[in-house]
Amino acid sequence: MSEESVQLYQKRIQIYPRSVKGPFRNLKTGILIVAYAIYYLLPWLRWDRPNAPDQAVLYDLPGRHFYVFGLTIQVQDIFWLAGALIIFAILLFFVTGLAGRVWCGYFCFQTLWTDLFMMIEHRIQGERPARMRLDKGPWTREKILKKGGTYGAWLLVSFWTGLTFTMYWADAPTLMVDVLLGRAPYPAYFTMCFLTATTFVMAGLAREQVCTYMCPYARFQSAMFDHDTLIVSYDARRGEGAKGRASLGKGLKNRDERQTRGVGDCIDCGYCVQVCPVGIDIRNGLQYQCISCALCIDACDTIMDNLKWPRGLIRYTSENALNGKKTNLLKPKTIGYGVILTAAITILAWSIATRAPYTATVEQVRQPLYSQLADGSIRNTYEIKLNNKLTAPMTLGIGIEGLSSAVLDMDGMERITLEPQERLKLLARVQVAPDPTGVGETGNKITFVVKLLDGATANPIRREVPFSMPEDGR
Amino acid sequence: MSDNTLNVQQQSGAVQTTGHAWDGDLQEYNNPLPRWWLWCFYGTVVFSILYWFIYPSWPVGQTWLKGFGTVSYTIADKATGKEQEREHRWNTRALLLEDLGDAANNKQRRDMLAKVQAAGYDQIVKDPKMMEFVRSVGKGLFGDNCAACHGRGGQGAKGMYPNLTDDDWLWGGSMDQIHETLVRGRNGFMPAFGQVLKPEQLDDVAEYVLTLSNEAKPSEASERGKEIFHGQTGGCYYCHGADAKGVQSQGAANLTDKIWAIADVDPKKTLQDNKSAVKDFVAKGVNNTRVMPAWKDRLSPTDIKLLAIYVRQLGGAK
Repeated sequence: MSEESVQLYQKRIQIYPRSVKGPFRNLKTGILIVAYAIYYLLPWLRWDRPNAPDQAVLYDLPGRHFYVFGLTIQVQDIFWLAGALIIFAILLFFVTGLAGRVWCGYFCFQTLWTDLFMMIEHRIQGERPARMRLDKGPWTREKILKKGGTYGAWLLVSFWTGLTFTMYWADAPTLMVDVLLGRAPYPAYFTMCFLTATTFVMAGLAREQVCTYMCPYARFQSAMFDHDTLIVSYDARRGEGAKGRASLGKGLKNRDERQTRGVGDCIDCGYCVQVCPVGIDIRNGLQYQCISCALCIDACDTIMDNLKWPRGLIRYTSENALNGKKTNLLKPKTIGYGVILTAAITILAWSIATRAPYTATVEQVRQPLYSQLADGSIRNTYEIKLNNKLTAPMTLGIGIEGLSSAVLDMDGMERITLEPQERLKLLARVQVAPDPTGVGETGNKITFVVKLLDGATANPIRREVPFSMPEDGR
Repeated sequence: MSDNTLNVQQQSGAVQTTGHAWDGDLQEYNNPLPRWWLWCFYGTVVFSILYWFIYPSWPVGQTWLKGFGTVSYTIADKATGKEQEREHRWNTRALLLEDLGDAANNKQRRDMLAKVQAAGYDQIVKDPKMMEFVRSVGKGLFGDNCAACHGRGGQGAKGMYPNLTDDDWLWGGSMDQIHETLVRGRNGFMPAFGQVLKPEQLDDVAEYVLTLSNEAKPSEASERGKEIFHGQTGGCYYCHGADAKGVQSQGAANLTDKIWAIADVDPKKTLQDNKSAVKDFVAKGVNNTRVMPAWKDRLSPTDIKLLAIYVRQLGGAK
């Protein structure tokens, strides 16, 4: 290699994936349709919720409530989100250890949107050779129309993607009208424009570079592979034979002929390379660019079917299986991930199922710790925070236990009705009559008991707090 | 990655060496950066230059590049309380003021304030939502204006500033009385009896005062003190009342309760100590040492209203 050919910056080599038909393509298309149906339609789904927004899935940031169907998540329950993220992470480890980059190949939004954009491109500009011709050719009327049409359609999809995302954060029909009339809040427009731009650039222009250069998950998933992980792999033993692959030339038309001459089953048609959305040759072995989309399997199977040779020259298999060993799926690693996954899901489900309809916390006012009153009794003050987590009103009753002579004074707010989802801070004064013996206890504790009187059923919440007295107990 | 892969990539030009060989065969791979990355880098360079001019940046001589942007915000005038629109060159402080003005909770605050302004005391005290608001705003007002003397929690300082967290109100604990105290201020006064009464008489009065709140048992001395208290010699009952329960209109203290605002009386101390504490106080009196300033010119009527409710709930209604 000469000095001159050294490049400091790499120009992207355009990839023109050829379309393919087959079970994996159908599976991917199916997932794509379901995922898009959910993503684009979910904000429009209504959900009957008295005293609260009627959108089935709504992330209400100003109101600090996440509505997910029948579940209302408040700020203090945000750790459920952490729980969900932990579950997704373990699920990723679990699945990747078993079946490789399933997430990348079938579910990742980069893959899905790139796939959709490629379909649009294919519909407007035609198959791979036509697209290559178009790109090489001069800027004719046809090229301008086709390229412009493609970009226009991409932009439309990108815009709708951005708009839909924004609708998860506000009432969808209202926001839609506001956006069109130009009176939506500035963050809505920013989010829309930002996502329109990123969708267009990432799915339309950057494509496989996102997975190759940007995405950290793409890289660290490879670290979870082992010899038993299912990977999309070329069976080199069968494909190459003793003397390598060869095209269907003279005397190499059928398998018997090829096998006697030591030539493998791969006819070097290049279909697997042409369909690859990341532009690699799977026959070179496992590569970090491979997103496990399995389209090369469909491509090769199509060729094998045409030749009436057995399928599976490129297939899902493990490194052990390729080397003639047994694939062991029930490894300690997989079982471990499975156990952790089950435990995490159980804990999250239990936490959600047993959520309390309200919360109550009590804090002692510490300045001053206590006051002496005119009759010599000692008073402590407390701040009580109540939170109705339901979308219906509820009535709570507040009482104290622990010190027999203690009297609670809340200016008549011992029985309080909270509006739906209302939070309230109340002041509570607790007085203890003077001790006639002059020798009182110190370091006393009292317990606030907050009971649900109507609206729903739940166990009372008990909060133990200190009751401070002067050191002589007076 | 197998060696085979590398060779293929090398052939296709994807992986190159820098072209220099050390020790005969030692070569370094050249893994070029993608072009889009390069252009993003150039983009950030251009952006940073634009940024210098759009936002405040470099010092230039005695001044600095101030940027093009301006921020307008609404702010209440400290003296009049009127809201006015202001425009300021871009900085994060102006931006914060703009955000605060636009924020949803600022609107809630204004609505709540209007509600409290319109409502009567009785209404406010019964409304948990309004009381929550009063406590939250009142805490700030109290901290800014009252805490310097009365303490952050209103606990006061014995001998100097009254404790507002007990249920004893020198000048009255009704909402109107507290409002009056805030608006007009108070000046506590008690004549000095050091010249009027003889030391023995002062002793007797002190002992009697202590029996009023059961800090001392009745004795001959206290009987003599009682005569001075209720007679022409001392005339204490003029202000403290025949029942010694004080007169709120004059700020005369209730002597029958357990609260000692000035004289440091404590049941843990000996009778002698308590007596001398009371005696010293009666001898000196109070003259321009317990002054509460008038707030009507310093605080808006709304602030005074909020503070009155806040202070009342500190001590609790009687």
